[in-house]
Amino acid sequence: MSRQEYDGLPEMSASVEEVRPQTAILSRAQRPGEETAYVSPPVVRSRPQTLLAVPVGACIALAIHFLVPKREVVPPTHYYPLILSVMLGLGVLGAALHPFFAGLRKWMRQMCPILGVATVTAAVWELATSCFGLLPLPYFPGPEGVFGSLVSDRSLLFDSTWHSLVLLISGYALGVAIALITGVTIGWFAHARYWGMPLLKIVGPIPATAWIPLAMVLSPSALFSAIGLIALAVWFPVTMLTASGISNTRASYLDVARTLGAGQAYLIFRVAIPAALPNIFIGLFMGLGTSFLTLVVAETVGVKSGLGWYVSWAQGWAEYGKVYGALIIMAAFFSTIMTVLFKVRDRVLVWQKGVIKW
Amino acid sequence: MVALSEPAAIEASSLRVRRASKYFAAINGAAVGGLALDKVSLFVSAGELVSVVGPSGCGKSTLLRLIAGLTLATEGELLVGDEPITAPSAERGLVFQDPNLFPWLTVRRNIEAGLVARGVLKQERGQVDKFMRLVGLEAFADAFPHHLSGGMAQRVALARAMINHPKVLLLDEPLGALDAFTRMRMQDEVLRLWRVHRTTMLLVTHDIDEAIYMSDRIVIMTPPPGRIEQIIPVKMDRPRDRSSPDFLRLRGDILETMHFAGRSLAGNGV
Ligand SMILES: Nc1ncnc2c1ncn2[C@@H]1O[C@H](COP(=O)(O)OP(=O)(O)O)[C@@H](O)[C@H]1O
Ligand SMILES: [Mg+2]
Repeated sequence: MSRQEYDGLPEMSASVEEVRPQTAILSRAQRPGEETAYVSPPVVRSRPQTLLAVPVGACIALAIHFLVPKREVVPPTHYYPLILSVMLGLGVLGAALHPFFAGLRKWMRQMCPILGVATVTAAVWELATSCFGLLPLPYFPGPEGVFGSLVSDRSLLFDSTWHSLVLLISGYALGVAIALITGVTIGWFAHARYWGMPLLKIVGPIPATAWIPLAMVLSPSALFSAIGLIALAVWFPVTMLTASGISNTRASYLDVARTLGAGQAYLIFRVAIPAALPNIFIGLFMGLGTSFLTLVVAETVGVKSGLGWYVSWAQGWAEYGKVYGALIIMAAFFSTIMTVLFKVRDRVLVWQKGVIKW
Repeated sequence: MVALSEPAAIEASSLRVRRASKYFAAINGAAVGGLALDKVSLFVSAGELVSVVGPSGCGKSTLLRLIAGLTLATEGELLVGDEPITAPSAERGLVFQDPNLFPWLTVRRNIEAGLVARGVLKQERGQVDKFMRLVGLEAFADAFPHHLSGGMAQRVALARAMINHPKVLLLDEPLGALDAFTRMRMQDEVLRLWRVHRTTMLLVTHDIDEAIYMSDRIVIMTPPPGRIEQIIPVKMDRPRDRSSPDFLRLRGDILETMHFAGRSLAGNGV
């Protein structure tokens, strides 16, 4: 296992015998506390907790929703109980079908506990807000109010999400493109490192949002300045990590390539950059985090569209149901993008399988 | 010192090292630096397989890096055929103890690397399959290096170096990390590549049996600074029997030479 905690540098020449037991350990570790680990591999039955988590959670939430008297007055939209009923139905359906689909079983084993806890959390939330009024209104509406405004305002929310996506992707792509060029240049050429590193170290750590006043003066439109700010936010971590990855390329890879007849282009594009890819991906993830932050701030203060703008707009009208609805969308939106980047990383770094784990 | 005997007509893939010295600037605090090679002279004729043995730190790797062109000699002259060595080139392949396969490339793409680097992949694609078959790795064409055992990885490294048909192949303890059985199999494998391609080979090893089993001549080096103590020809027919009286006698001679060299050094107070 220690090899996987290694700092992400490509480790060479693991024999087949060394790799096999690791995967065995991994697949076991994914099922914590499972007593049936000793049973021979084709285990068709799932644990009852897995099967019951979602239906039981949904039933509890539905019972609280319909049986506990309410204090909060909300327009009856029924979206919240509808969602709970759908979860109940799907939970029962999954439990019924799980013996027939291995993929479904695996998915349920991973997701059911989380979904079950999520429904119970929603129930507790409803108890605390709508039922007992423990939290002050209008700042803390119940689930019914939030899901109601989520559904009723869906076209504006969809529009806002779309604008955020376009803005995020333009800024991120621009930032990454520039950062790869500067990072490789600084990492590879000694002169570029001498002049570029100080600049990077001084200018880089300034949060992109601190440039907002300057960006507003410089740029003709709020949209362009927002793209520029997001690009700047992405640029610093990606450049930093790319440069360090490139300059730390194992010298023996470069030596081997030279004795194979490699020129400068081969050394940069086919040795140094692939060797730096694990580092570059760390930079891409860090950049994604800073770009989310910059996106929301830029939308709030400059661009009059997108999820960031929607949140502050809804807050202005004291419609906190919409605020929380937008936060839910934002969470789903950002985590989806994160997941996409993880998938891309897994695809690009297949050659590292068994070496990296983060 | 060994007299340098060079034939009148120099073949294109012969190797000449003339009074080559290498001085490394000392690094602060580290016990390295100083004179690593002291006026080393060596002639390897075309198609010859020469081994270099000697205690660690005597400059064997430095000599190979000079010949590869990865480092430049402080003094002296190195030539392949009539051409002086000034930079690394596909003419001089190098295989290290660590196979140093590119972990991001599959076995096939690792073997292709030299063709890609020289921009001749299109014309010579057929070579790739030939070399994969030659080292018996067809079944692993699409595997990534981290799936390979040490022996398999070293075979890929050999194929990768040989695909460029180098005039000279430099081997720096290529089998040093392998277990005894794999190592003996790989020795035959290297000999087969050598016989098929008639490549001039310079093999650094710390295994005296390996040197006797494989090479035409054995260069014994002593530290430091690295010098050539003696060059011993091996006049036995191949395949060689590791337990024959000739083999064992030569082994004894070499051990004695190295031992003697060590004592003479100690006596000189170096
Ligand atoms: N890059 C370097 N910088 C400084 N000293 C070096 C360097 N490479 C090798 N040396 C020194 O040169 C000597 C010979 O090293 P090397 O050729 O690796 O020996 P061998 O391969 O025979 O074990 C050693 O004393 C080593 O410390
Ligand atoms: Mg060495």
